[in-house]
Amino acid sequence: MANGTAGTSRFVDVTGTQVPVGGARAQGYWASVWKRLRRDPVSLACAAILLLIFLAAIFAPLIAPHDPYRTSVRFRLAPFGSPDRVLGGDELGRDMLSRLIYGGRISLLMGLLPVVMATLIGGSLGIIAGFIGGKTNMLIMRVMDVFYAFPSVLLAIAISGALGAGLRNGLIALTLVHIPPIARVSESVTTQVRSFDFVEAARASGAKAVTLIRVHVLGNVLGPILIYASTKISLSIIIAAGLSFLGLGVSPPEADWGLMLATLRQSIYVNPYVAALPGAMIFITSMCFNMLSDGLRSAMDVRL
Amino acid sequence: MGSYILRRVLYAIPIALGVTIICFSLIYIGPTDPIQAVVPDDATAEDIERIRIAYGFDKPIPVQYLMWLGRAVTGEFGNSLQSNRPVIEDLLPAIGNTFRIAIVAMFLSATVAFVLGSIAAFNHGRWLDRIVTAFAVAGVSIPHFWLAIVMVIVFSVELGALPAMGMGPDGSSSWQLDWTHVKHMILPVIALSVIPMATIMRTTRGAVLEILGQEFVQTLRAKGLAGRRILLHIVKNAAPTVLAVTGLQIGQLLGGSILIETVFSWPGTGRLLNEAIFKRDLPTLQATILLLAMFFVTLNLVVDVVQTWVDPRIKRG
Repeated sequence: MANGTAGTSRFVDVTGTQVPVGGARAQGYWASVWKRLRRDPVSLACAAILLLIFLAAIFAPLIAPHDPYRTSVRFRLAPFGSPDRVLGGDELGRDMLSRLIYGGRISLLMGLLPVVMATLIGGSLGIIAGFIGGKTNMLIMRVMDVFYAFPSVLLAIAISGALGAGLRNGLIALTLVHIPPIARVSESVTTQVRSFDFVEAARASGAKAVTLIRVHVLGNVLGPILIYASTKISLSIIIAAGLSFLGLGVSPPEADWGLMLATLRQSIYVNPYVAALPGAMIFITSMCFNMLSDGLRSAMDVRL
Repeated sequence: MGSYILRRVLYAIPIALGVTIICFSLIYIGPTDPIQAVVPDDATAEDIERIRIAYGFDKPIPVQYLMWLGRAVTGEFGNSLQSNRPVIEDLLPAIGNTFRIAIVAMFLSATVAFVLGSIAAFNHGRWLDRIVTAFAVAGVSIPHFWLAIVMVIVFSVELGALPAMGMGPDGSSSWQLDWTHVKHMILPVIALSVIPMATIMRTTRGAVLEILGQEFVQTLRAKGLAGRRILLHIVKNAAPTVLAVTGLQIGQLLGGSILIETVFSWPGTGRLLNEAIFKRDLPTLQATILLLAMFFVTLNLVVDVVQTWVDPRIKRG
């Protein structure tokens, strides 16, 4: 899968044509990445939207116009623009806008935390397997293959179905889903970097394994691994929403986009537009993560 | 070729065993005593003790695993806690129903994706390419179960054109090839197709673009071959990559069908799993996951072999 050429990829742009090395090098790598990203309006727009959603989630108590848990018979499935219910009311008359703002907290947590955990665990496993090679590699990668043999949604549902509903179990299930693909990419990138001459030279001059990994391997594999991991965030948000939708996530009355989507499903005949809102939030968030990670990838010239 | 297939099959065996170990452990990782997972709530203490011995729960875990594996191979997964029938009796028809929409969805998405992905690559950088690329990004980002709900809102609630629930009129569980039954399939199939379509489209576009940039294509063009004749060469070269992704997507599609079937009350494995989760019916959960995962393992094997057959340059160790 990952045939990214980590060591040299900085100088090959996405279309595969060689970019003059001198210019890109002179300003420093990250400066040139930032420069390219700045000229990409789509990525910037996505980053801005995500920033807004993040800030809204973090400062939810300050921003939300109403208590997201306060029910009201009067506003049951109220349409858009009702007084006191700008984005309508849900099936219990709670303020949709406030619930959408609060709902971002769990959805973003479920999107990001499992990917971070899986990058730490899967990345380490992959780097160890790729660097040591031989039997260790065999053992680690074959175990990963077994988990890889499950379609990702199925694995997430199997694990959290067996563990039972709840935020913690959902996080565990999602982390386990992301570890194998991230480990695979890390392993294949590390194996390539390990065979480069400069690593061989460092080894020959007596550098210890820890030094080799820290100085020579990490610097060259971290970029591709992080880029690959970032593509998993949107998947994580969608699977998390799916788990909540099946009743495997947080339990009512908690505000969570996936759960709201499930509880409002009964109301599509009454007020379809209000019922479609939580899904739209999931869609926008996951789309922005996807496009931002695409933009980052081409700005960093990482090929996976 | 023969030895390659043999090697590939041998390689799949430990993977398949690993899959059975994971499925086996599903009833042990839960918060409750595994015995609770296989007995109905109203069982008496003596019943539980009898089942504990009959199922071998008093034996060491590795022995339990072997006993479970032995029963699983013969299709004996215990009784469903919902229906109290053998799990396999509920599972087999459900698998048939899932495959009915999955196969159609797969053909639909693979064909559309291959055509649109190639068109996008041939029009690289132009508006047609942009539309296809945008559609592909949207397709992998959209929560497909939400799209299913939106389609129900549009086509069933607002337009009243297509049925929103079940496999046939009046919730009938039998199926035949006629318009009323096909009508019930349309929305679930489209909802299921979105993710694989977007993914395959992306891969096809990338693969065709890469081939278009290769020297042999320029040579063909220089020799005066145009449009359609070049297309044949490109399709032949892009096929293995597209095939590999398509194979993987069938598995993902089966996983995703859990959510889609829940939305449409389609009586397949997805709905079975959903009910099993809701009632904590672990034997059903375990058996369904095991069969789907085994199918996925076999599928990967077949895809690898077919891929090598199409393009002998790729032989995986």
